[in-house]
Amino acid sequence: MTDALVLLVVAPIVAALLPLGIGLFIRGSGQYIALAMAVLQVALSLLVLEEVLTAGAFSYDVAGYAPPFGIELIGDGVSAPLLVLIASVTLAVVLYSFRSGPQGDSFYGELAFLTAGLSGLVATGDVFNLYVFLEITGLATYALVASDSSPAAAYASLKYLIVGTIGASFYLLGVGYLLVATGTLNMADLASSIPEVGYTSPLILAAFGLIVVGLGVKVALFPLHTWQPDAYAESPHTISAHIAALVSTAAAYALFRIVYGVFTVDFLAAVPIARDTLLAAAGISVIVGAVLAVVQRDLKRMLAYSSVSHFGLVVLGVSIGNETALAGGLIHLVGHGVMKAGLFLAVGVFAMGAGVKTVQDLSGLGTRYPITSAAFGVLAFSMVGVPPAIGFPGKWNIIMGAVQAGEWIVAVIVVTSALLTLGYFGRLLERLYFTESITNTDQSVKADGGHPEDVSVLLRTIVVVAALAAVGLGFWATELIDVFQPVMEVYFT
Amino acid sequence: MIELLASHYTYLTAMVILAVGLYGVVASPNLVKKIVALNVFQVGIFLFFISSAFVLDGVPAIGTHGPGPYVSPLPHVLILTAIVVGVSLTAVGLALVVRIYDGYGSLNEQVIREVQADD
Repeated sequence: MTDALVLLVVAPIVAALLPLGIGLFIRGSGQYIALAMAVLQVALSLLVLEEVLTAGAFSYDVAGYAPPFGIELIGDGVSAPLLVLIASVTLAVVLYSFRSGPQGDSFYGELAFLTAGLSGLVATGDVFNLYVFLEITGLATYALVASDSSPAAAYASLKYLIVGTIGASFYLLGVGYLLVATGTLNMADLASSIPEVGYTSPLILAAFGLIVVGLGVKVALFPLHTWQPDAYAESPHTISAHIAALVSTAAAYALFRIVYGVFTVDFLAAVPIARDTLLAAAGISVIVGAVLAVVQRDLKRMLAYSSVSHFGLVVLGVSIGNETALAGGLIHLVGHGVMKAGLFLAVGVFAMGAGVKTVQDLSGLGTRYPITSAAFGVLAFSMVGVPPAIGFPGKWNIIMGAVQAGEWIVAVIVVTSALLTLGYFGRLLERLYFTESITNTDQSVKADGGHPEDVSVLLRTIVVVAALAAVGLGFWATELIDVFQPVMEVYFT
Repeated sequence: MIELLASHYTYLTAMVILAVGLYGVVASPNLVKKIVALNVFQVGIFLFFISSAFVLDGVPAIGTHGPGPYVSPLPHVLILTAIVVGVSLTAVGLALVVRIYDGYGSLNEQVIREVQADD
């Protein structure tokens, strides 16, 4: 069933075109096409995962051209779980969008297009193909961020477009340097030809710098993060959940692939400045992102800065350069996707039911939305890193890896970030549960004119499922490391 | 040094174009000019790829030219794809600019920021 891998990319592309075609004749068909696509994606990604678990890593030659000349899609211990994550978050988001805005056939077309880009980004084994999927993902995201009809959303989207394009272009330039130096674009082939050119060759160093900066923009590392808060805050809740959970995740995954699959651990060891710079950038993002999150008043903006901080953690795990830390980074990558999606969806429920926009608006909602608030609390504690939820094993492994590598400062940074995370989520929980409701006297009319009972059971169920998944994944974390293990063995020998 | 620059002038040109484009993106307050500058920036990268394929006295790898040095077709093909991506980005960017102009009545970034701050 290796064909499942390529279908994961092809099916959403087809599904992206169908709503536009069929929608001309049957309006509103888009949501059912998107739902069918999302269910198919989940099934296909589970097939890929099963194949990887039973038979090990496999690759698919697109159109039958063998690598290194043809494009290769890779299903292995890291890409398969990420594909499952992408498919399941997409399914949750599609279901959520049924009861929440925005709808319309073009919206579902864009959503399917984004899914195609993300799946391709994770599955590809070719650095130029990765650029193309990076831009497909980008294009779909820009359109989705602007799908709220306010001009502020369009402006946030344009800002994202400009910064994102510059990032992707830097990545492309880095790929150009690699092509000039080695004459190949296949990741596995590059990994064997880069040592022949020499790790300290100016071409290779320039390529590494450009690629890391380019992907750093997409991941939203600290000085390059400026597009993210606006893009998350101005887009509709459904979209913020989708892009917060997946877009930067796929970019961070790409960074992991490039660092380990193309440049390899030996490069990190041979060029300490590359590793140290990456570590420093990630460490600064972790702290600055968390501090900026603490001072935010806008709820979605706070979650966006929290993403800056937590993707910093993932990059820390990737750049320390030993197996334990890398496993921690990858677990946190998967876990963060689940938790952030859940948090944004919960905020969406609060916003639709009670017009919540700022932290202050949360006051006293704990009694009015007991289930959603509880799920929100579980997700928040999971983000902080309270065991047994998924936030804990990721951070724990990063700390252990840092200690093994003798990077005590990194360990301190991770612990500090957990405390800061508790700082900003603690504020939210305090508002939810221990503050008198400020709108208690007038519950019938809310800021956005909606009524509390408008929020459907479906939406709240999805939030609860996300919270349960975050806790469940925590129990499953050791098995997840076993799934990653074969890939890490390849990279660390 | 001069000889190096003279023999690598295509790379130098590519980098100058790239830098001009990047400067335009950062410095121009006009959103349309920003998008045009973004295009210029990308063209610099395209030129870098294309010039990396150059072979002295090379012929295109199409049809039958007999033996002889061929120009590598790979960068050309890659850039064909990248140009398509660039066109799509420009289209999306300009569509967003139209909506921003409808909403704020201006293309100037400073003016838009002021309007946003007033709200």
